[in-house]
Amino acid sequence: MNKFKEKIKILTCDDIRRILYRLTHQILEKDPDPQKLVLIGIQTRGVYLAKRIQQIIEELEKIKVPLGILDITLYRDDLTTIGHNPIVKETIIGFDLTDKVVVLVDDVLFTGRTVRAALDEIMDFGRPKRVELLVLVDRGYRELPIRADFVGKNIPTSNKELVEVRLKEIDRKDEVILLQEEDRIPKTEDREEAI
Amino acid sequence: MKEWTKQHILGIKDLSRDEIELVLSQAQAFKEISQREVKKVPALRGKTVLNLFFENSTRTRTSFELAAKRLSADVINFSSSTSSLSKGESAVDTVKTLNAYHPDIMVVRSVSSACLYDFDKYTQASIVNAGDGQNEHPTQALLDMFTVKEIKGTLEGLNVLIVGDIRHSRVARSNIFAFHKFSSQTTVCAPPTFIPYEFDKLGGVEVSYDLDEVIGKADVIIMLRIQQERQNSSFFPTIREYVDKFALTGARLAKIKKDCIVLHPGPVNWDVEISSAIKDKVHPLILKQVENGLAIRMACLYLVGTNKR
Repeated sequence: MNKFKEKIKILTCDDIRRILYRLTHQILEKDPDPQKLVLIGIQTRGVYLAKRIQQIIEELEKIKVPLGILDITLYRDDLTTIGHNPIVKETIIGFDLTDKVVVLVDDVLFTGRTVRAALDEIMDFGRPKRVELLVLVDRGYRELPIRADFVGKNIPTSNKELVEVRLKEIDRKDEVILLQEEDRIPKTEDREEAI
Repeated sequence: MKEWTKQHILGIKDLSRDEIELVLSQAQAFKEISQREVKKVPALRGKTVLNLFFENSTRTRTSFELAAKRLSADVINFSSSTSSLSKGESAVDTVKTLNAYHPDIMVVRSVSSACLYDFDKYTQASIVNAGDGQNEHPTQALLDMFTVKEIKGTLEGLNVLIVGDIRHSRVARSNIFAFHKFSSQTTVCAPPTFIPYEFDKLGGVEVSYDLDEVIGKADVIIMLRIQQERQNSSFFPTIREYVDKFALTGARLAKIKKDCIVLHPGPVNWDVEISSAIKDKVHPLILKQVENGLAIRMACLYLVGTNKR
């Protein structure tokens, strides 16, 4: 792993809170019938973001939309070539996806490969009416034709940079940091961590 | 998080405590896949798993086969009774021949003990031991541990009682190694002829010849299968005597700890190892073991199958 140093704080705790409220309003604006709505968070930080959105929807609409947890490891396109076993985490989708509007939640949208894997996995659980993508940060550099429906913040980055989303639930505080690589050009294996 | 580095899974003896915990945690994640609408993930797509069974087995083979299929691998089954082995080809030649198909994983059950340690000379594939003679049966021990952990929440500080044909049992050996790594105390209980004399000297293993004496302190009881074909040999006088002294009966079940669990690697000889009168009480968990076995084998195939060398 190459060394990265903190370059700039992109989002503060308050920014993240406001963004999540805005994104939730956008979801509800687009899909006014929350009965059909389900949230699926991509492990790990997408899950916490989805949980927060679930709470905001409950606060605004007095309805608790179902929340699923998705681990995309087994659907990665680089699984047999990366040279080490990525740890498989829990997937819990305890409801039927048929005819539901799925809002897929992740922290950073980068190459789009994670989302491709997530879409494939979701289809193995059923046939949703529609799948929408929500991300806290879109940093560009797509390698697949994928775009987000709800974006917290667009951040133009260079490929020597890394966007790190930190959330209270696991990182003790809420913030989004842009990291700058210290010396070398990232090798392929470093970038996989971020897909 | 720890990383998996092993190319093969040959025995519990070779695995560290961390590695065992990793398999168990991965199996937990894999268990969910079997409850999906589409019970398949693309993790081992394009990989070939060869089930090479030099000794007959239906359950273990089926479990490995299904595990591989749920991971999208291609599976070839090769068993001694239907293959060229019955035409006199040697085991090594068979491995060499099958290696020509470039399998990624060979799941091997063999008649002779510990012979798998040599097999990597003849193949590039990862080797997973599905039971080798009287040596080890690592996936069975792993699924036993998984089941124990699922119910007990821990693998540490337990009193594990293994009853039955210890001498011929690779399941017993693997479980003894496994529980020892988690500082659990293992007691083996059987007629003296079923207990190898070295076991007295083995650290961490207690030997008992009286089931009634030790049954009350066990947290986990593993009943082993009595191979009926051995009943005419000199290992024990009659089945009736064995049942009288070592079978799990209603009366003995009444003596066990309230939270003690009873496992059996299957298939059970009802009224030999376990009385059929208590079938309702013990069978559900034994069937649960079968379900957990699938998750464990998926985890093992995933770990060796995606470990690039």
